[in-house]
Amino acid sequence: MSENESSTRRLARRLSWEAILGALLLIAISGGGFINKDFLTAENWANLLANFVEIALMALPLSLIVITNEIDLSVASILGLSSCLLGLLWEFKCPMPAAIVICLFAGALCGALNGFLIVRFRLPSLAVTIGTLALFRGFAFILLGDTAVADFPPEYAAFGLGVIAHTFVPAPFAIFIFLAIVFWVVLHHTTIGRSLYSVGGNQTAAFFSGVNIHRLKMLLFICSGTISALAGIIYTFRFSSSRADNGTGFELSAIAAVFLGGVMVQGGKGTITGVVLSLLLIGIINNVLTLADVSNEILRIVTGSLLILSVLLPNLIASTRERWRFMRRQREIAAPV
Amino acid sequence: MTDQGKSIVANNNLWVGTLVRSREASLVLLILALTATTNILNPRFLSPQSLKDLMLNVSIIALLVLGQTVIILMRQIDLSISSIVGITAFLSGTLFVNHPGIPNLVVVLIAVGAGLALGAVNAALIAWGKIPALITTLGTLYIFRGADYAWVHGRQVNAVNVPGSFLAVGTSTCLGIPLLTWIVLILLALFSIGLRQYRTGREFYAIGSNPGAAVLAGINVNRRVATGFLISGVIAGLAGALWLARFGTVDATAGEGIELSVITSTVVGGVAITGGVGTVVGAVLGALLLSVFSSTLVFLRVPSFWQQAFQGAMLLLAIAMDAYLAHRHALRSRVKWSHV
Repeated sequence: MSENESSTRRLARRLSWEAILGALLLIAISGGGFINKDFLTAENWANLLANFVEIALMALPLSLIVITNEIDLSVASILGLSSCLLGLLWEFKCPMPAAIVICLFAGALCGALNGFLIVRFRLPSLAVTIGTLALFRGFAFILLGDTAVADFPPEYAAFGLGVIAHTFVPAPFAIFIFLAIVFWVVLHHTTIGRSLYSVGGNQTAAFFSGVNIHRLKMLLFICSGTISALAGIIYTFRFSSSRADNGTGFELSAIAAVFLGGVMVQGGKGTITGVVLSLLLIGIINNVLTLADVSNEILRIVTGSLLILSVLLPNLIASTRERWRFMRRQREIAAPV
Repeated sequence: MTDQGKSIVANNNLWVGTLVRSREASLVLLILALTATTNILNPRFLSPQSLKDLMLNVSIIALLVLGQTVIILMRQIDLSISSIVGITAFLSGTLFVNHPGIPNLVVVLIAVGAGLALGAVNAALIAWGKIPALITTLGTLYIFRGADYAWVHGRQVNAVNVPGSFLAVGTSTCLGIPLLTWIVLILLALFSIGLRQYRTGREFYAIGSNPGAAVLAGINVNRRVATGFLISGVIAGLAGALWLARFGTVDATAGEGIELSVITSTVVGGVAITGGVGTVVGAVLGALLLSVFSSTLVFLRVPSFWQQAFQGAMLLLAIAMDAYLAHRHALRSRVKWSHV
């Protein structure tokens, strides 16, 4: 019996979170193909990938922020604000490339405001970004009210809906792939990445080993704001519509993807690979449920449950491991060699 | 760092210091000043009808603020209250529709019971599942609201189906004050005494000030945190029943987004988001200030789209002010300000 238990324990220790996610992903893909024959078609995959590209983009900087033990709840509001700003600038006959640059800059400014309040005034990021969640969404409503801008130039709308030639990969998704690689390199192969983990692991120790915590966090929030604005621009082109309530509630899915990807709530742990896998998993689950005609309300329940489960399960695993260790120690005490 | 500290102490204006020392006093002054200014610009602001509307508008927020105060005092947060209000409001409505003649008290008790059950879900996940309150209640905010939409399925409860005696809670007055406001005032008194005089109340403060020390002092932190979320659920359930009494017509969107107003009110009212500081009286005054402020905007014909941005700005201002006051307090008591 003890032999059996130790082997399961060894197995549990070797199984990384990414491996579990990969297995779940395989189950989801084969299950999806089994349930619905439309699932494994190229059109459906183009649709699937396009549908979560905004959330995927926002999840990348967000996972870095969570690794440093902070949080950014304002991402979806920055998305909405940048979408409104783009619509408004276009209505005022601003050339589109300039409008895009202004939107990205506005996103960076929003992120800088978050970062400034968190770093300079040492305010908790949770409270600050709940405030800016309301503030930025409020700005979006001030800009557009309840009107909508829809007459975007066809070539930009075509970018939002188009795919890369000869593949089923949507054009906006290529941006995500590129950024995911950049984030992977930065997090896992540069000193910046290592210092992010050290800040998340032990902020005081990181400070005394010479990490410029303030600059690092400021950069992260500016990065998060800019990429959220980029997500807003893509969203606008994809639906050819700029409205103040665009992307309301997207922060839930982005945060769920980050935690499901194995980034620890306590900070200091997590990989880009895990986050990308969990994004795919969430995208597939949503797609399969949509194909099965499940209503939006149920999708909301599923995303909320995924968020809670993604934190609950690692906690349960950790406490089970703790109990195993405790039991082994007791056995050793009872029967000394 | 020290230079910055010195300049803050040097610039310390005396009257500002006295004013902000008592958050309640400064809130009352702010509310009076705002009311007076608006009334000069638009004399209809202080008409009996608009005062009654103001009291009714603030009541449900103020009620929810009571529960949120207990939560924030312990450094936790409850975002799911708006969804609990939505579910229990529709639940109370359907009870009246499906069981005509059901006593009002039974409906309120069932709504409160449903609130308690939903609060228990939060409590279990946070206290025993060890999931941070933010994550849990963000998840349940969407789960409860999703369940609400799925259950309601586009239906609506109309005021015709709700007995007049129940709607009277939201419309009739006693001594010039709406019944709804009386309920909130009585609960406010109970909460205020409970948090000030009773052991459980003091333990809420202790947990927020220093969780580690609270454990060492023998406080069952898990149990108290769970109690807090149960209280918050019960209050939200009651608020749901009162929502129906106030508005009469309820669909799946009842209370959506209200959690933001509640948290902003609580924090503006002086309950520090870092826990351990604040009173329910201050928090309810915060709700009143926000309510006066938004009706000021209406009376000054500011488009309603500005409301949300103002609310966010006020929340940021309040937490920044709290941090500044805490910083100054730390300098005064010669405690070294943390380096990170």
